[in-house]
Amino acid sequence: MPTIRFEGQDYFCAEDETLLDSLARHGVMLPSSCRAGACLTCMTRALKGTPPKSAQLGVKDTLAAQGYFLACLCKPVEDMEIGLASVSPRYTARLLGKELLNESIVRLRLDIPEGFTYRAGQFVNLIRASDELTRSYSLASIPADSYLELHIKKVPEGRMSTWVFDEIEVGDELSFFGPSGDCFYLPGSSERPLLLAGAGTGLAPLYGILRDALEQGHAGPIHLFHASLATAGLYLIDELRRLADAHEQFHYTPCVLHGDAPDGGMQGNIVDIPGQVLGSLSGYRVFLCGDPPIVNGLRQKSFLAGASMQDIHSDPFVFTPA
Amino acid sequence: MSSVYEQLGGEPAINAAVDIFYRKVLADKYVIRFFEGVDMEKQAGKQKAFLTMVTGGPNSYTGKDMREGHRHLVAMGLDDSHFDHILCHLRSTLAELGVAQNLIDTVISVAESTRDDVLDR
Repeated sequence: MPTIRFEGQDYFCAEDETLLDSLARHGVMLPSSCRAGACLTCMTRALKGTPPKSAQLGVKDTLAAQGYFLACLCKPVEDMEIGLASVSPRYTARLLGKELLNESIVRLRLDIPEGFTYRAGQFVNLIRASDELTRSYSLASIPADSYLELHIKKVPEGRMSTWVFDEIEVGDELSFFGPSGDCFYLPGSSERPLLLAGAGTGLAPLYGILRDALEQGHAGPIHLFHASLATAGLYLIDELRRLADAHEQFHYTPCVLHGDAPDGGMQGNIVDIPGQVLGSLSGYRVFLCGDPPIVNGLRQKSFLAGASMQDIHSDPFVFTPA
Repeated sequence: MSSVYEQLGGEPAINAAVDIFYRKVLADKYVIRFFEGVDMEKQAGKQKAFLTMVTGGPNSYTGKDMREGHRHLVAMGLDDSHFDHILCHLRSTLAELGVAQNLIDTVISVAESTRDDVLDR
């Protein structure tokens, strides 16, 4: 009889009993609705132990890869610990480099702390040690890099970004928790086309996902659309052009809402541009990052253009106003 | 006799059906206002549960769930005409998947049986 550990308590699961029913029998009522593997309400995460594959039917691949499963379908075959999130240790890393990428975005490069692992495209929660102020920033690096890279946008009067821009220096120790997030590339079906689209520092995770896909030998077309209000807000243009020159399957389109676009770029609304350029998105794996209105708009357009809901991965950034 | 759910091919077939069905719903200007601002993934999950139910797949939905889940929409003006649109999208989704007419009729009659619960009367 497998033991299920949840919030520090152990519960025995009877043979042929689902985890959802077993916990309910012990008085632990996980949120649930259809109890048939359709509505995803009872999605739970295995922190230890492996859920049976049959309990991950219909769970998005990037979530399944992190141990998420449906409690209503799960008949445990081994001891498991379940919960909503694993507790991250607090990491400390030395700042190796700090460089402006354009007038309002700075690139930080950090040491990789002992024991820290991540997937390209995930994010960390950076902490200002003096008062524990915390903000989420995506990783733009890939695990093969010898550093962690963050792109931080200057928010007018933003407490964290002002501190990052004005006060921290190379050699300082920075603290963070993580990683988190389910917007990342998984190997397999490397012929399928990828759409990467986002605005502003939404490029950070997309840059990571792009380099990760190339590193893992993705052979199908990869289309990156990076948008800003105007050309001055774009960044890493030269690096991305170099990658496009070096990899024939990779196509880079800088996009601006106002004014002239750079060479090879487009002027217009980023929400509409991928569909205009690519037409049908049937069969695409889609990654969307940036402001929530843009991500939500792109998600709907991508879906209507034929991408399957299971294949649309997104990371809407929430900006904390000053 | 096996259910339409099994005849369609079970869970993977319902996944494919949800994409087609939800796309039709989102493209329908007459009903779109009831779907604006909702989380697309959660909504797709609910639609999958709905399609699983009306095709006779494993489910534990009750009339009470349907009633409570739509009450805020009824307050926004959801009525028979909107319900009819959704049934049309369901019919054409099944037809697109090559489901036989008699099976479509079976599914529609199950969906039809939820009408009074959905419209809270």
